[in-house]
Amino acid sequence: MSAGQSRFGYVFVSGYTLLLVAFGLLPTLYALFLSFTRNGVFVGFDNFVKVFNDYRFLPAVGHVALYVVFWLISLIVLVVVLAIVVHGIRVRWLGDTARFLFYIPGAIAGASSVLLWLFVLDPSVSPVSALLRAMGYESLVNVVAVGNLPVVFTVIAFWAGAGGWIVIMYGALNNISADIMEAARIDGAGALQVAWYIQLPMLTKWISYMGIMSLAAGTQLFVEPKVLAQATKNVVPEDYSLNQLAYLYAFRQGDFSGSAAISVMLLVVALGLSTIFIFRGKLFERD
Amino acid sequence: MTDLAVRRRRRALTPAQWIGRALVAVVLLAFAAFFILPIIWLLLAPTKTNSELLLSGPFAFGSFEQLAANWNELFAFGSGVFAVWLGNSAFYSFSALAITLIVSIPAGYALALIEFKGRRILLVTTLIVMLIPNTALVLPIFLELSAARLIGSPLAVILPFSFFPFGVYLTYIYFSTAVSHDLLNAARIDGAGEFRVFAQVAMPLATPVIALVGFFSFVANWNNYFLPFLVVGGQKIPVQVGLANLLSNVPAFNPTTASSIVIQLPTLALATLLSVAPILLIFLFAQRFLVEGMTAGGTKE
Repeated sequence: MSAGQSRFGYVFVSGYTLLLVAFGLLPTLYALFLSFTRNGVFVGFDNFVKVFNDYRFLPAVGHVALYVVFWLISLIVLVVVLAIVVHGIRVRWLGDTARFLFYIPGAIAGASSVLLWLFVLDPSVSPVSALLRAMGYESLVNVVAVGNLPVVFTVIAFWAGAGGWIVIMYGALNNISADIMEAARIDGAGALQVAWYIQLPMLTKWISYMGIMSLAAGTQLFVEPKVLAQATKNVVPEDYSLNQLAYLYAFRQGDFSGSAAISVMLLVVALGLSTIFIFRGKLFERD
Repeated sequence: MTDLAVRRRRRALTPAQWIGRALVAVVLLAFAAFFILPIIWLLLAPTKTNSELLLSGPFAFGSFEQLAANWNELFAFGSGVFAVWLGNSAFYSFSALAITLIVSIPAGYALALIEFKGRRILLVTTLIVMLIPNTALVLPIFLELSAARLIGSPLAVILPFSFFPFGVYLTYIYFSTAVSHDLLNAARIDGAGEFRVFAQVAMPLATPVIALVGFFSFVANWNNYFLPFLVVGGQKIPVQVGLANLLSNVPAFNPTTASSIVIQLPTLALATLLSVAPILLIFLFAQRFLVEGMTAGGTKE
């Protein structure tokens, strides 16, 4: 290392570091500051206590938790099964096509995917209206009844997000050496045994990665309930998720401290998960 | 195993294996339908009239005339506000893309190939921020921007969009695997300064990672709803936010809609399709490339 070189290092990272400070570090610190103060005066945990005692807070936690449970289970089980099944396809073009079909909905995210699913879940226009009617749903409002929402959000999130994970798992399966697989087959292992004793253990690292990322993302639920609330004139409540509640605090009640308190709680969860993963997971170890 | 043995094994499928294969085929078909049918429906819906959409088969094609009529209805809505939204999305996404590339590529390069104090902490911070969902910082960023009185300015969207730690990480991975220290040192010994090493040795090798970071940044920003929803309004909203606003003008979903100008369902479907069209095209044409990049994003080996 020379002094000259390291000076150039600083020049090269300066722009990025500026953005990191402005939109990573500062907002975090400012949200922390707001959450522990009210009108600039330090109030300890008062804002957190206030938010916690809000009658909407615990239901929102419950909604988000239930959704995250549904989502994680379906994601982990189905992504692993589908990746192993697609990986087992011997006909090359068939496997490629399957991966492509699973992956393409990833292009449709945010409000667009919710809108598309509004159509799919509305029995009057849905491509699967027969299925919806067979399940006893006659209108969109029936389908998106509050009790169904964790499943509805799981379906939407799975549709848009699973393909990317299937592709990643597929890549990880390709890393298992052909010798090991061949040896197992010669020893008489069937496809199920290979999947259970060889492929699954090789995937655990990736499954934990997917699980932690999805858990963190799931707690952030916002756009799906927000757009559904807009579409159904609040049949889907506008305070369904924690981020919606934080939004209402800031925009409806003008209470930035309360809003910051909720954001800080969510941020602590996200930061905790990602930090644990980086220092324990070894997935990103390089030097 | 010899070819012959393989062939013999194939021929001698037991009933259990047959059932297994059939099961696999059913699972694959069911999921392929689940993933692709909504998109096919979305491609066909804008070709129909409202009543055709309600009455005819979901996968029937309407007519090109009706597609044109829906197109005209959409772009006439609110004196052409939909085109404004698309323009805003393009403006925000491309501006952020440019800034992202200008700051991320040198940063990833320096993290991978230049020794400097603080390198490790910058790298770890980048990883931590990269792994938290980007929505987690949206409300704090909103609170910060309102304290800075930037709400409503296009910069309130573009600058946060430009902060893309994943791009820095991708560049870092790329340079630490694809470019060797020795190559750079050889150039340095030949008397090239650091900027020349970067511009003339590293950059020509960096095209794939520039494209990859560009794609991911563009896709993430174009599809972002939460941040622009909070920080811009009126004529400045991007299409994601505008699309959700269109909902309040759809009588089918909102029977109580007060607005006299209404949007029919096929037109809303067309709006949905157009709002994702750029990303869909990128995915269709760059699929293999993107897939490789996604796998590289987390792979260490």
